[in-house]
Amino acid sequence: MSRLVAEILGVSLWGPGLEGWAASEDVLAGRTPHIPRESAPPAPALLPPNERRRTGAVVRLALHAAQEAVAASGLDPASLRCVFGSANGDGPIVGSILDALTEAAPDRERIVSPTQFHNSVHNAAAGYWSIATHNPLPATCLGGHDSTWAAALLMAMLEVDAGAPVLLCVYDHPMPAPYARLRPVIAPFGLGLVLAPPSGRGLAHLAVTHATTAPDSETAPHAPGLAALAAGNPAAQSLRLLEHLARREAGRCDAGYFEGSLRVEVTPA
Amino acid sequence: MTPMPIAAMAAVSALGTGRAAHLAALHGRRSGLTPNDFDAVVGGWIGRVRGVEEHRLPEALARFDCRNNRLADMALRTDGFAESVAAACARHGAHRIGLVVGTSTSGVQAAELAYRRLGHDGLLPEDFDFAGTQDLASLAEFLRAALGARGPASVISTACASSARCFIDGARLITSGLCDAVVVGGADSLCRMTLHGFAALELVAPGPTRPCDAGRDGISVGEAAGFALLERDPPSAQATLLGWGASSDAHHMSHPHPEGAGAIRAMSEALDRAGLVPGAVDWVKLHGTGTRANDAMEDRAVHSLFGDAVPVSSTKGWTGHTLGACGILETVMIGGCISDGLIAGCLGVERVDPEFRSNVIIANQAATLQHVITNSFGFGGVNCSLLLGRA
Repeated sequence: MSRLVAEILGVSLWGPGLEGWAASEDVLAGRTPHIPRESAPPAPALLPPNERRRTGAVVRLALHAAQEAVAASGLDPASLRCVFGSANGDGPIVGSILDALTEAAPDRERIVSPTQFHNSVHNAAAGYWSIATHNPLPATCLGGHDSTWAAALLMAMLEVDAGAPVLLCVYDHPMPAPYARLRPVIAPFGLGLVLAPPSGRGLAHLAVTHATTAPDSETAPHAPGLAALAAGNPAAQSLRLLEHLARREAGRCDAGYFEGSLRVEVTPA
Repeated sequence: MTPMPIAAMAAVSALGTGRAAHLAALHGRRSGLTPNDFDAVVGGWIGRVRGVEEHRLPEALARFDCRNNRLADMALRTDGFAESVAAACARHGAHRIGLVVGTSTSGVQAAELAYRRLGHDGLLPEDFDFAGTQDLASLAEFLRAALGARGPASVISTACASSARCFIDGARLITSGLCDAVVVGGADSLCRMTLHGFAALELVAPGPTRPCDAGRDGISVGEAAGFALLERDPPSAQATLLGWGASSDAHHMSHPHPEGAGAIRAMSEALDRAGLVPGAVDWVKLHGTGTRANDAMEDRAVHSLFGDAVPVSSTKGWTGHTLGACGILETVMIGGCISDGLIAGCLGVERVDPEFRSNVIIANQAATLQHVITNSFGFGGVNCSLLLGRA
């Protein structure tokens, strides 16, 4: 079989004017206009204070989305395998290390902050999540430029295909200033989904196939403001799926995947 | 799990290009480590690949030119790997060939160079191809273009477990029915970010790394690229993936769990998936980075599962710690060791840490190898164990 199926047990998001699922449902359903006001998610209460202190905006964005999705699913966070997807990872930290390497005199030895270095790894958010939730189960972490949403969703569907529920967390944050022209990301956006093998108890059913040709259905969200966000943040490509969930509307929410596509069919319960 | 054939393998590291060069260095106990001439102020020794500076990508793929993709290209063009992938594309159709590759830092070295050329506006120069070099996707896009694979693709980045984790996610693409073959592996290349980062953590050994030595004092950073072709029913195979295990320490971002709880979990799962008992394992190839903490933790974890009967050793004395590439590089080396009946004892060890209780091997041994476990651990508390067997 080359078609993967799963059920959505929990969903969350955080973005400009999209402060959690409950506060965003009307915007996603087209019942109220989208007012893109940027705000930071609350600090991750699950982390012990000494670890929380070491987290920056990117990890906090991911952890908040993860936490809310798992809470909505009603599952124990420590019972979920994880897939974390992000095109840019922690761009601000990588940028800060690049600044330090560039500005320091070439004969200086200690120029990189050790905490920044271990926070610069692409799996930093997954690492903090495992610490916060005492979760011994594995996480896979990936990035794929503008194919990140498709690649991460497919990876989560593969986990479900292997028989286990999974937390999928996809997030992207604006890059540091030098990248403004080369890699514009207009605002932070993160989402969380808890996916599980079909049981008939979830919010919606998902079916996914891979195609070698570009999407043949609309990929952009319906609302114009959300379409701009989806075009300006790789993680926000998921907004079309989130709109379908909020509208409780069956349909296609394909995603571009390199030169091909992920064909995604959603059927709300 | 159903055993997953590995139809082809190739690697490049400080030991040279191709499987024969790696096996010859292992047999001859010749290290590839040299004093750090990449960023000398950091000191220590490094596992630097020769010939990267001169290597050129095919003209049509020039936009992907960076140290990391050059390493990947060097690996593809050795041991007939690209030809093996082409043959798999012909057998199954290019759309049935997936790609799951790992890297921790991708082409960040290209960004290090571009940062020296920021404009008066503070912006990176327009000729810096971010997507083609620094972005994680660069490795996948380069490889898909070079190999013609058109199935699903992913770039995994789980720090030093990146290219080991690819075997898991790659095998899943086949068992799910989405693919008939998947290219796994990856690349990590020398850059100032990792050299200075490990120096800041005080984890760089002043001399060549000495995993498991009583006086071990850190890692030697290395670079490598390597690939393996997982394939359903291949016409021939070089080794088999029999099991895998993965876990999270849930303990600390850069310190391993002191008792190795995550490592034990990963190795146990790999045994369970393969349907094997610990006594059936002929060699545990350690992650064995040469840091005080990793090697002590790993010894405890290995001893708790295998006691002192099974030979254990690290190959990082040869290649250095090739970070996200170590999983694939060491798998390729193990493939050769299985064929040659070789257990490579730790290199550069004068005295095994007397606290260690597992059976650390410091000289090469001839052995018939049926089952080998290889460990890869990383920042963020990630652990991956692969269980490899004969073709």
